[in-house]
Amino acid sequence: MIEPNRKGEVWVFAEQEDGSLNEVALELCGKARELADRLGVEVGAVLPGAGVGHLGEHLIAHGADNVYLVDYEQLGHYQTGPYASVLCQLIERRRPQIVVFGATPLGRDLAPRVASQMRAGLTADCTDLEIADVTDPRTKTEHKNLLLQIRPAFGGNIIATIVNYDWWPQMATVREGVMAMQPADASRGGRILEEEVQLDGALAALKLIKRHVEPRTVNLKGARVIVAGGGGVGTKENFKLLYNLAGAIGGAVGASRAAVDSGLIGKEHQVGQTGTTVRPALYIAVGISGAIQHRAGMEESAKVVAINTDPDAPIFSVAHYGIVGDFRQVIPMMIKAIKERAKE
Amino acid sequence: MAYDSIVLVKQVPDTANVTADAMKEDGTVNRGALPAIFNPEDLHALEAALEVKERFGGTVTAITMGPPKAGEVLRACLFRGADRAILLTDRRAAGSDTLATSYILAQAVKTIGRYDFVFAGRQAIDGDTAQVGPQCAEKLGIPQITYLEEVVSLEGDRVRIRRTIGHGWEGVEARLPILATVIETANESRPPAARRVMRMKHARATVEIEGAVRNGMPDADDAARQAEVKKRAEALQQRGLLIEQWGLDAIGAAPARCGLSGSPTKVHRIQAIVLKKEGHTQVSATEEGVRDMVHELVVDRTLG
Repeated sequence: MIEPNRKGEVWVFAEQEDGSLNEVALELCGKARELADRLGVEVGAVLPGAGVGHLGEHLIAHGADNVYLVDYEQLGHYQTGPYASVLCQLIERRRPQIVVFGATPLGRDLAPRVASQMRAGLTADCTDLEIADVTDPRTKTEHKNLLLQIRPAFGGNIIATIVNYDWWPQMATVREGVMAMQPADASRGGRILEEEVQLDGALAALKLIKRHVEPRTVNLKGARVIVAGGGGVGTKENFKLLYNLAGAIGGAVGASRAAVDSGLIGKEHQVGQTGTTVRPALYIAVGISGAIQHRAGMEESAKVVAINTDPDAPIFSVAHYGIVGDFRQVIPMMIKAIKERAKE
Repeated sequence: MAYDSIVLVKQVPDTANVTADAMKEDGTVNRGALPAIFNPEDLHALEAALEVKERFGGTVTAITMGPPKAGEVLRACLFRGADRAILLTDRRAAGSDTLATSYILAQAVKTIGRYDFVFAGRQAIDGDTAQVGPQCAEKLGIPQITYLEEVVSLEGDRVRIRRTIGHGWEGVEARLPILATVIETANESRPPAARRVMRMKHARATVEIEGAVRNGMPDADDAARQAEVKKRAEALQQRGLLIEQWGLDAIGAAPARCGLSGSPTKVHRIQAIVLKKEGHTQVSATEEGVRDMVHELVVDRTLG
C-alpha cells in the first residue's frame, strides 16, 4: 500500500487489445476527469502495450492530462504477470490516489493481482463513483474527499457503498457501459510520457499457444434502440418478430439470461448483470419478467416499453409504457404504426 | 505422474433465486432467510480437480473458510470424491474483505505444503467480485489462469489450459504449480456418489460437534460437554470422519492481516433495492393504443 497522497492523480488503466482501445477506457477517462476536477488534481492514463503510442491522443481527447505510455515488445499480448508489474511500478513511482480499471475479463484478471501486490483495497464492478468526506464510525476520524465506490452486491439485491480510508491507492473496477462516454475534444491539451519499467522475464509465466478472437457481431452498447426478448418469447421462430421490429426501427436485438440459457439466442445478445449493460434511448422488453439481474443491465435506458402477458411482472416497475398482452399481436401493430409514421 | 489439487470452496446465500419467502414486507431481501448453498462455480472448480485426479492420479483437498455451518460444503466435496477436507474457522477472520480472505486462504494452502494445482470458482454469487482467486495466487507467488474452460493437456510439470477471454479464447501453457479459476461452462459437475454419502454423511468438524453437543445437552455443565465432544471427536477420528479444523494460529496467519483489521475496504453504506411500483403509462394492446404510444415516442424524439 502507499500512504494517502491527496495531491495524487486519478488514474485510468487504458485497456487495449491489438492496438485498439477498449471503449471502457474512454468512458473511464470522462469519469476520472469529473473526479479529478472535484479533487483539483490531474487525470493520468496508464497505457501498456507494444506500438500503442498513437492511442494516447484519444485518451487525452476524452479527458486525460497525462498518458503514461509503457511501450515494450513483451507487452504486446496481455499477460497478468508483466502487466501487474507495470502497474505496481508506476503506482509506487507516481503515487496516484485513485486507480480505476474497466470490469472487463482482462481488468478483473489484472486489478486484483495489482491490489494484492500493493496490499491496497479494491472494489469490484462498480456502477458509480463519487467523492465525499467520510467519518470512520469506529474511530470518529473524518477522512476528507474519499472515493465512494458504489456497486450492487448480493446478486443485485442491495447497493453497497465501499470506501478505503488509508490503504491507498483507492482502486476499483467499473462495469462497462455504465459511465457515459464524453464526446472527444481534439483541442484538449495533454502530455504523453514514456515510462521505463523493469520487466523480468520470469514475470511472463504463461506461454501463449493459440488465440481466437470472435468478431463482435452485436453492438448492443452502441445501439439507440434495443428490442430485447426473454423466456416468454418461447421459440426461435418467435424471435424473428423481434428482429423484424428492430429492423423497422433501426435497433439491435437483445435478450435476457432466460432466453440465452434456453438456447433461443446467442450469449452475445445478453443484457444484464452477467451480460452487457446498456443505456439506449429506447429499450423494448418483450416477454422479459424483469429479474433484478436483468434490470441492473438496462434500467438506465431513457425510455422503457415492456410487453408481457403477466400484469405483475417486475419489468413493469422500470417501464415507462406497459402493454399487458401477447407480443405476437402487439409487435406487428408496432411495426405497422412505425411504418405509418415513416410515410408521413 | 500424479497431481495434487487444492480446491477453494465457499458456502453462499442463494442470491440468484430470491423467492417471496425471503422478501421482507418493505420489498427488501431478508438475507438471513436465503438458503445456504455450495457456490455454483466452486462445484465446477471441484469437478476440474476431480477430473485431473481421475485422468492422472493424485489427490484432491477441499478447503473452505467460514462459520461452523460451512462444514456442509466440505461434506458435499467428500461425497463427490475429495480425499481430504479442511474447515478454516476463526472468529478473528469475520469481516474479512477479499484481500484478507485471500491472505488467510493462501496461508492455509502454504500449510498444506505440496500441491500442483489450486482450483477456485471464478467468483462467488454473494459478492461477484472474482478477486479472491487472483489475490490468492499473488500471495502464493504462483501464476494465475482465470476463466478456465478446459485442461487441454498435462505432461510432467507443464499444463495447457484453454481459457475464455470474453469475446474469444486463448490456449496457454504454464509450469506447475498454478492457480486456476473455473467458470460454469468448463464441465458438468457430478452429483454426490451414493456410496460415499453413506460412508461419510456423519463426517463433522469439531466445531460442528460442539454445536450438536450444546443443543443436545442443554443442562450439562461445561466439563461434561467437553468430555462428550472429545468422545465423539475421537470416535469420528477412528472412522476417518473427523473433518480437519484450522484456526488462524494453525496456519501462522497474523491476526492484524485478517478480519476487519486486515481489510482495506470498508462498507460505508448499504441500501436495499426496493421493488417499487412506479407509475407507468398503461398502453392497451390494440392498434389504437400502440399507435398513440409510437406517436408519443416520436414526439419526444425517442424514435426517428
